[in-house]
This record gives sequence, structure tokens and C-alpha cells, in this order.
Amino acid sequence: MILRIEQDHHRFKQIIRGKIKQDLRKYISRGEMIGRRGKELISIPLPQISIPHFVHGSRQAGGVGQGEGDVGTVLGAAEPEDGSGQAGDAPGQHILEVEVSLEELAEMLGEELELPRIEPRGKKNIVAEKSKYTGIAPTGPESLRHFRRTYKEMLKRSLASGTYRRSIPAPFIIREDKRYRTWRQTILPETTAAILYMMDVSGSMGEEQKEIVRIESFWIDTWLRHHYKGLEIRYIIHDAEAREVDQETFYHTRESGGTVISSAYRLALDITRTDYPAQEWNVYCFHFSDGDNWSQGDTQECVRLLREDLIPTVNLFCYGQVESPYGTGQFLLDLKEAFPEEEAVALSKIESKESIHQSIKEFLGRGR
Amino acid sequence: MSLSPLLAGLQKEIESVARSYGLDFFPVVFEVLDYRKLNQVAAYGGFPTRYPHWRFGMEFEQLQKGYTFGLQRIYEMVINNDPCYAYLLECNADVDQKIVMAHVYAHCDFFKNNAWFSKTNRKMMDEMANHATRVRRYMDRYGVEKVENFIDLCLSLENLIDPHSLFIVRERPPAEPAEPPRSARRLKSKEYMQDYINPPDILAREEKRIQEAADRKKGFPEEPARDILKFLIEYSPLENWQRDILSIVREEAYYFAPQAQTKILNEGWATYWHSKIMTERCLTDAEVIDYADHHSGTVATHPGRLNPYKLGVELFRDIEERWNKGRFGKEFDECEDLQERSRWDKDVGQGREKIFEVRRFCNDVTFIDNYLTEEFCRRHRMFVYDFNPKTGLYQISSRSFREIKLKLLFQLTNRGLPFMEVADGNYRNKGELLLRHRFEGVPLRMDYARETLRNVQRIWQRPACLSTVVEDKPKLISFTGDSFEEADLHEPAA
Repeated sequence: MILRIEQDHHRFKQIIRGKIKQDLRKYISRGEMIGRRGKELISIPLPQISIPHFVHGSRQAGGVGQGEGDVGTVLGAAEPEDGSGQAGDAPGQHILEVEVSLEELAEMLGEELELPRIEPRGKKNIVAEKSKYTGIAPTGPESLRHFRRTYKEMLKRSLASGTYRRSIPAPFIIREDKRYRTWRQTILPETTAAILYMMDVSGSMGEEQKEIVRIESFWIDTWLRHHYKGLEIRYIIHDAEAREVDQETFYHTRESGGTVISSAYRLALDITRTDYPAQEWNVYCFHFSDGDNWSQGDTQECVRLLREDLIPTVNLFCYGQVESPYGTGQFLLDLKEAFPEEEAVALSKIESKESIHQSIKEFLGRGR
Repeated sequence: MSLSPLLAGLQKEIESVARSYGLDFFPVVFEVLDYRKLNQVAAYGGFPTRYPHWRFGMEFEQLQKGYTFGLQRIYEMVINNDPCYAYLLECNADVDQKIVMAHVYAHCDFFKNNAWFSKTNRKMMDEMANHATRVRRYMDRYGVEKVENFIDLCLSLENLIDPHSLFIVRERPPAEPAEPPRSARRLKSKEYMQDYINPPDILAREEKRIQEAADRKKGFPEEPARDILKFLIEYSPLENWQRDILSIVREEAYYFAPQAQTKILNEGWATYWHSKIMTERCLTDAEVIDYADHHSGTVATHPGRLNPYKLGVELFRDIEERWNKGRFGKEFDECEDLQERSRWDKDVGQGREKIFEVRRFCNDVTFIDNYLTEEFCRRHRMFVYDFNPKTGLYQISSRSFREIKLKLLFQLTNRGLPFMEVADGNYRNKGELLLRHRFEGVPLRMDYARETLRNVQRIWQRPACLSTVVEDKPKLISFTGDSFEEADLHEPAA
């Protein structure tokens, strides 16, 4: 049986997001299903597109029902005529929305920014089989027996057949009672990617600059995670000296001092050489700074490091320069001069929060 | 996936039990699917292959979310086809599979024997696949977007068919082209008798009548056309691929129409039989509780919602009892003593025979019309509810038998849709299309009606007009291609 529902489903979602067929937009209604999570009611968004037909106006229509009640008994509130959806069974309670998953977010990000899908390189032929327990079946290996379900079946059977004695609940399990976990195997192309974030934390990088870096790297993270399973992330901060830190420190440190960018690149190079050899890993480097390097001599050193060692081993080297009141911004210009046509280098100037969007596009827009 | 030996055994058992009760069905092919596949098939209306369209994706999303969050699941799905295809959910317990099988055999018997299904295509599985191939080919040639947009238009009109036309000859082929008299016939007479034998006033009247008849003949269509889709297929200036897609949509609409016309009857019949087969023959002791649990879920009622399974099965049981006890006919109808009526038992035993007759000849309308009785309504606590504009709430408005029956019949007549017809294909002598809504007291939903009219215009490619009643005033709404016009109608548009 060949089923092509995926295509139709994808197309439906695209219409809902307003990507295609704008003229259907007016028919979209924001329906919902009311579900339950523990004691809370949750709303599951269920957008619908209703194709118009010649139909009766529904409000006047009423209907026939069955049950108790006198004339005048209220059955429920009318739904607004323009919205569809099922009425909840407990109106007036606070209803939580199910959040959009990060997967979906990344998908939307891709569409919004018109980012191309990243084609995994490297070990794309290596395929990993992954099994996941997905259900319960009446047959299976003993090692996968689901004790609780089996026990329940046994109880049900013995109650129904009258062999159950409350005083002596000696349970015996027969073959028909047994329930086993079943699994399904999915084939995952295993891709391996690592991101190295480098941030300049010298005295000139203020809170606002760091916030920009934080937002931008979050979105880059989300996008790359969507495309690579098993993403590894490393963080490097530097002022006059570089060191590797954890995520928490990366986002919250404020150092003071000078700026020697080459120190960060050297550390990055060490990490990639030892942990992420180029033939097996897709490595993405992101460096954020205000572009105020300590000396022109160090800048020369940076360019040399990049050209000879770092760039040949990574998929992409991105440099984002955050605008800062103190910096000169010279480093970006120097890099531009050094790598005018280099495929694996993306340079971007981030002037304010509003330009984060543009900058992500510049970094990832070519699907590298 | 083919059936496990256990399920195959169950199928054999249930099939022979069903046959022994007199059910008569096509061969049934059961497929076991996991929930994801089942949802896919369900989104396609039960068929494994349909033409590509986003609305199937929409259905799928709804089913999938409903299942994932544990709100709904499909127990059974069966396709009217020869052989019948039916689907079982892989993770269901064996007792559920048994209920489903019994239910399916009854549905299949219904498909095969109910008169309203007699004209449906029994090779629809293949036909649907052919439709899919054709649509895909058009998509390759003319572009996905273009074809899909056209399908959207067609789907907006898909309910404008005439399900009864399969059984009645609506348009007789033109008889021998008899030349109609062009002027009033004069009797032969002598010159001096002329005024007496052929009085001028009678001649004039006759002349006028002939003229009127001739005018009427010129109407296009001659009689108002209920099968609007057919009219559009025949007379709209469409390209061939568009015409083909419109006819695909029409054909599928006709295939699904009887299912909408017999919902209560069909589900009632299947529920009646699954309960009979299970409780009398097939249940094992250990399965009783699970069976009772699931059966009661099927026939549960909610205020403000009519459960077709419940109404149908109870009506069938009521009919069986009445015909077993002879509670029908003149004598019983005229008996006014309630006590005597409730004790009435002539032991005629025609119940089984009667319900088989009902399943052969009825649809939901005739089922309710003939067999819903006052006693039944009272026993099942039925009521009518209405929208109260003052409070904005739905309220119980009556428990009178007359009103319940009227309301039900109104909802079921014409599948609950407004009566629409092509009144004139050359309206105002400008090639405009006039659709008429036969007003039955409930107005159209106007925002939808306008949008639908817009879609009619896109197919007709000349202005499309709709005569209907808005806020108790007859109105003529026209869509010219770029704007809507609304005018009062003083007399019903011809």
C-alpha cells in the first residue's frame, strides 16, 4: 500500500502558515481540541480550513437530542458562527495551550528566513538503526513482557470467568494474558556536527551585546539541532586569553581586559583537532566580538590561523560583529579584506536586535 | 498486513454466524493496520489511494492529534466495494476485533442489499485509484497549484448533486420532434359561420396559450436542474482537464451520498447485529465486561447530540418488537387504551422479516418517517432544542412528538442541505447563471453562500446569481466576477 498522506499533510501545513495559496487564508479557522493532561485541561490547536458550501445558517437550526431535562433546560452555549471546534466539557477553566515544539519552531524558522535545508555531509552513508518501544502486543519475547499489563489481563480474565477468590488471590497467568512491549525500528542517517561558539568578553562587550549574541546563538542552535541529531556544542570565551567554559558561564560572564582574538582561534583549533577531526565531523564555528582587537599584529596572526588551519577543517566559519559604542569595528573590515570570496566564511554585522534576523540569514542562508 | 491465524479464525467464525442469521454480504477483506496507517487511510475516506489534496492532510492532522492526545480513535472502517474492505486497528484487543468484525459484516450486508446503494460503483477502490492517476497527470502537465486551486473550486460545489436522480428519469430524451402548432387551430367552416364556429376571443386566448408554451420551451434548462454539477459540466466553458476534474468530484460525491442518506439506518443495523452476534453466539465469558464497556461507549448519548448508533439500534429493536407482537395496522392504531396498547401481543412473529425489509428499502428519512412513534420518543426521552438568541444558549424547546419528528425529518431531508437548483442558464438573456435556493424556512449561511457563489462564477465564467431569502425578504445576490451586488426581489426569479 503506497500512502501519500505526508505530501497532503505538508501542503496543508504550508497553507496554514500562509506560505502558499493565500486566497484560502480567509477560510482558516483556529479550531481546538480539548484534552487533558493530569488534572488540567489543555487546548490542542487544530487549525481548520473550511471550504465554503451552500449550507443552512447553523444558529437558527437547533436539533434533536436525547436525555433528561424540562423545556427551557440549557444545553450549552452556542459557538461563534465563524469558528469551528468542539466545546470543552468544563467551560470557564483555565486552559493551557500546548506549546509549539522546537522541531516545529525550527521548521518555521527555516521557512521564515528562507533558509535552505542543510544537506548532511560527511558520514551520510552511515546509517544508524534505532528502535523505539511503540506499543503492546499479545506475542513477543519473554524478556519484553509487560508485567503490569499482563497482570491486568490476568485479573480481568479471572474476574470474568469467576475463578478469582478475594481471600486467596493466587494469580496464575496463562498464555493469553501475556502482553509484551513491541518496538519499531527507524533508520536514521547518522550525522555528526559540532558547534563552537566563541565570544569576546572583553570590557567593551556590554549586556546588550551579550544579549544579542545569546539570542542569535539560540536560534542558530535550534536550526542546526533540527538538521543534525546528536549535536555537540562547545563554548569558548576570550579576552586577552581564551578558555573553554560551560553554557551558563558563556552567557553570563563579564570579564574586563584586552582583546586577543587569536587566542580563541588557537583554542578552537586545538579542540577541533583533538575532538572533531574534519573527515568525520561537520564543524560550525561562530565567533562574536565587537571587532576591537588589541593589535594589528594579532589580527594578522588571526587571518593566518584561519586561512591555514581552521577554515580547511570546518564547514563554516562565521564571524558576527556586534556594534558597540567603544569598539572601532576594524576586525570585520580586516577579515573582509582577507577573505573576499571564501565559501566557508560568513561575515555579518549585527547593529541591533532587529538585525539578528538578517544576520542568521547571512550565516546559514546558503545551506552550508 | 494479512491476518494473524487467530484473527483469521475469528473472521471465519463470525462470518458463518452472520450468515446463519441471514445476513448476505460481499466477501470481506480485513486489513490490520497500526494507528498511523489507519489514520492515513481514514483521512482518505477509507481508500488507500486518492488524488493529492490538502484537505486529506487536514483530516489526517486532526485524526493524528486526536489519537496522540488520547481523545479519539477509530475502531472500525469499512468500504462499500466488492469485495468489501475493512480495517482493524493493530493494537486493539481480540474482543474489540470481534465486535468490529461483527459490525463490519452487518455494514457489508447493508451495502449490498439496501436499495439506496444499488447504484453505487462496487469497484470504487479501482475507480478512486484511476481518479488519482488522472489528477496526478493533470498536475504534471498544468502545475500542482493550478490543478489544486481548481479542485478547491469544485469541492466547494460538491454537494450540489441530486442523489435521487440515479433512480428517476429527470429528463426524458426529446420525443419525436413533433412540430408544435404555431397558431390556434381553426375549424373548417363556411365563411358566414366563421365567427360562430371559431370565435375570435377563444382564438385569441388559444393563441396566447400557445405562445406561452413556446416561451416556456425556450427556458434553459427546461426544468429547474437539481444536479447543478451536471449542468455545469455540460454547459460551462471549461477546458477538458477541468471538465474531467469536475466530473471526478461529482462521481465521488454520488458515491458517498447514500452513506450520508443512511447514517442512522446503517449504523443502527450494524450495531443491532454486532450486539446480537456477540451476545448470543460469539462472546466468551472472559470477554463480557470488555464487550459491555465498548458497546456502551458506542451507544452513549450526550445532551444536544444525537447518536445515530443509539437511535438506529433502538428503532430497529422497537420495530422488531412491534412486528413480533403485531403492534401495527389499523386495529392497533385505533386502540386508544394505553394499558391495552402496552400489553398488546398478537404473537405474529414477523419482527425479523420486517427489519430485513426495512434495511432493504429505507433511507434515514423514510426510516424516521415510518417507524418513529410517539411511544418511542417518550421512552427514549427525546427532545427538540433550539438556539435562544436572547441568552445565546441552546435550550430544550419541546418534547412534543410532532416537533421532534418534524425537526429530525427536516435535518435529514436532502442530507440536511438547502435545496439548490439551476433556474436559468441564460438569465436576463445575458448568459448569466441563476441558482435558486428553494426556501424552506431556514436561511442560508450568507458568508459561505457568497463565497460559494464566487466559485460558481469562476466555473461558469459569466456572472452568477443566487435567489434566496435574507432576513425574510427575497433577495437576488449576484457576483459579476469582481464584485457582489444585492437586490430585492419582488417576485420569485423565474
